[in-house]
Amino acid sequence: MATSRQETIQTVLSSGLEPVHLDVENESRMHSVAPGSETHFKVLVVSAAFQGMNAVQRHRRVNELLREEFTRGLHALSLRALTPDEWAQQPGANFRSPPCLGGSKAG
Amino acid sequence: MSDILQVIKETIEGNRVVLFMKGTKTFPQCGFSARAVEILKRSGADFKDVNVLVDPALRQGIKELSNWPTIPQIYVNGKFVGGSDILAEMHESGELQKLLRGDEPSP
Repeated sequence: MATSRQETIQTVLSSGLEPVHLDVENESRMHSVAPGSETHFKVLVVSAAFQGMNAVQRHRRVNELLREEFTRGLHALSLRALTPDEWAQQPGANFRSPPCLGGSKAG
Repeated sequence: MSDILQVIKETIEGNRVVLFMKGTKTFPQCGFSARAVEILKRSGADFKDVNVLVDPALRQGIKELSNWPTIPQIYVNGKFVGGSDILAEMHESGELQKLLRGDEPSP
């Protein structure tokens, strides 16, 4: 059986960032895509690798690791990338994705 | 440089705050773009919206220019700031309001 994108994201980020905490959630059902799609994901990743990096650098690091997935149909990624210290200060950080407005149907 | 990259660069240089988004500020067609519009409006920022859905070359061009795989993307003072997650984080922390007010120390 083919590996799901969810598993691939988990594997790639686990080996690339050695996170102390990693949540990967498939939010595709909230969007205007076919049932069972793996296009929209939400990731919370806590890793010491982000120490000394600003937000853009952290996102770029994750995007680089997932480059292959973006070329294969990963469409949207909600990302919160924290260091272990930041995570300790805000474990319940408000991190919600917005509702879909249908634009990905437009192309 | 291709024409579209030139057009994008001129837009970024000619407007203090630019949001590359799906849809327009009055009719966003993606939840992430809508969230970015909402945050910029709440910050009281006057901003230029660029709808990437009108031209596939524009949509691809901005991803290449920023080296960023997703839309929306925000530029302030000619500099790439990030996508909607980063904008939301910066709004929560107050950093965004500082940036938009021009409180940043000059380099």
